[in-house]
Amino acid sequence: MNVMDTRATSAMLYLDGVHVSFDGFHAINNLSLALEPGEMRAIIGPNGAGKTTMMDIITGKTKPDEGTVLFDGVTDLTRLDETRIAELGIGRKFQKPTVFESQTVQDNLLLALNVDHSVRGTLFWRESKAETERIQKVLETIRLTDARNRLAGSLSHGQKQWLEIGMLLAQDPKLLLVDEPVAGMTDVETHQTAELLKEINRDHTIMVVEHDMTFVRELGVKVTCLHEGTVLAEGSIDQVSSNERVVEVYLGR
Amino acid sequence: MSAHILTRSLDRAATAFVLIVAAVGILIPLSNLLLPQGSFLQVPTYLVALWGKYVCYAILALSIDLIWGYCGILSLGHGAFFALGGYAMGMYLMRQIGSRGVYGNPLLPDFMVFLNWDKLPWYWYGFDMFPFAALMVLLVPGLLAFCFGWLAFRSRVTGVYLSIITQAMTYALLLAFFRNDFGFGGNNGLTDFKDILGFNVQADGTRATLFALSCLALIIGFLICRAIVTSKLGKVLIAVRDAESRTRFLGYRVESYKLFVFTLSACMAGVAGALYVPQVGIINPSEFAPGNSIEAVIWVAVGGRGTLVGAALGAVVVNYAKTFFTSGPLAPYWLFMLGALFILVTLLLPKGIVGTFNSWWEPWRAQRVAAAESAAREDGITEPNPAE
Repeated sequence: MNVMDTRATSAMLYLDGVHVSFDGFHAINNLSLALEPGEMRAIIGPNGAGKTTMMDIITGKTKPDEGTVLFDGVTDLTRLDETRIAELGIGRKFQKPTVFESQTVQDNLLLALNVDHSVRGTLFWRESKAETERIQKVLETIRLTDARNRLAGSLSHGQKQWLEIGMLLAQDPKLLLVDEPVAGMTDVETHQTAELLKEINRDHTIMVVEHDMTFVRELGVKVTCLHEGTVLAEGSIDQVSSNERVVEVYLGR
Repeated sequence: MSAHILTRSLDRAATAFVLIVAAVGILIPLSNLLLPQGSFLQVPTYLVALWGKYVCYAILALSIDLIWGYCGILSLGHGAFFALGGYAMGMYLMRQIGSRGVYGNPLLPDFMVFLNWDKLPWYWYGFDMFPFAALMVLLVPGLLAFCFGWLAFRSRVTGVYLSIITQAMTYALLLAFFRNDFGFGGNNGLTDFKDILGFNVQADGTRATLFALSCLALIIGFLICRAIVTSKLGKVLIAVRDAESRTRFLGYRVESYKLFVFTLSACMAGVAGALYVPQVGIINPSEFAPGNSIEAVIWVAVGGRGTLVGAALGAVVVNYAKTFFTSGPLAPYWLFMLGALFILVTLLLPKGIVGTFNSWWEPWRAQRVAAAESAAREDGITEPNPAE
């Protein structure tokens, strides 16, 4: 593993001068961003601003052409693969809910628990009281206790989104990357999701990508607006949404 | 430890399967050996050998279902592992012939004498000892699968691409084994076996024993597969099948899981091949034919992928049909019928025989359980009344 001798930054996640291009298209352009431990940050930006690509870089799915990506001030993420990064404590919720549809809600959470992930460990695994309790707790948090034995594929769209957030909780990562958690949700569900994320933020650092401005406002956290793969504006939601260039980008010029 | 794995693995259907196979494995040999010849209930020896073949195919089907049904790895080259296990056993049987061969050479098998070879190639050493040959039955297919899988899974070769390279693998082996100078009997393969562990391979008693052993191997293979699919590992395999990259983001090393089941499955296929060879009396390169591997996948699809029992059932049903139709006037059309069967099953019974049965049976049983529960609850309400 690639660990630096001394902590380069106090940030939980630190991106500096990151560049990625796909066949000449600059998806990420000199992107620099820092997330402090315990912070929740909302990332907004029009389509194609590079939000999902940024998450791909952090989780090891895409390798940047240049730039620094540091986790916890010491680990260079650009050299590690997805599994290793997940083991380090970075969890990701995808834009499209991806739960294991043919397995029960409970089993989905069991799979997500951050316990021994080796072939041997899972082959000789036995249910333990501590694990059952943790699953129970997550089920309560995501309000799916009654659906625990249902197949994940039979859940409603909103419930699947929650189950996926629940899987992140079971994974208990240091940093949660949440991609469009309220897409396709009703107003009530959106509100509940905001409450849920705030609750989770009490002991986790979170980065949320979202289009829904009402939702972002409800979170009440620092906002970063991306455009063409770079940071356009940063600050409170009111500062950002009154920024002339942000308005320009969103409404077209 | 092992007790809890066993109770977890043996649900009602699995127990029924094990009991049926055990009953078949005991009753058929007994009927063949103990009942008078020609009696109504006596199973003739040729049928024992034929059914023994089906049981070996069932083990092969089981090994394919483990990787395809549960982990989504569609191997179209599993016949290669089956054939390699068969060759390992065949080499042992060849060396047992000794000086009883046509040329009477005590050391060299007939085909080597025929090719004017003067000494045994190094890779034939040790095969005169049964324990060594038995080890090779597991080791050779296992090692090939491990190397192949290590390269393929680490490079994240999946889906049709993986299926195609497994086809290429078995085809390459087919071509290699066809060559005389490869040292495995070329086109003719290995045959004319005399005895196994000192028993005549043609004798009724040996055939009956081999049949019983095949059934035992099927049961053991089934229990191993059940133990795996009912463990947490089994849940991870299904997760890999359904959403591979998601599993990776949860911190599972997907390639290790694939490599584990793929290698295990190849070893199982090797055992199936090793039991097959003494029962049919020959092993030749045609066992590597890509068509064989594809046929084995069809058995699994027909029986029901991801059900284990279905795979074994599919192997027996399709092969029984094959024997039935290829021995009658419809023989020239068998391949068309097999193709049609595959298409029909895909269209009409995508879950296969057992899968479809389960999807009818499960809701009905759930309903019955619910009804029984509500009845019990009503009883609970009415019961206290007489006491009052």
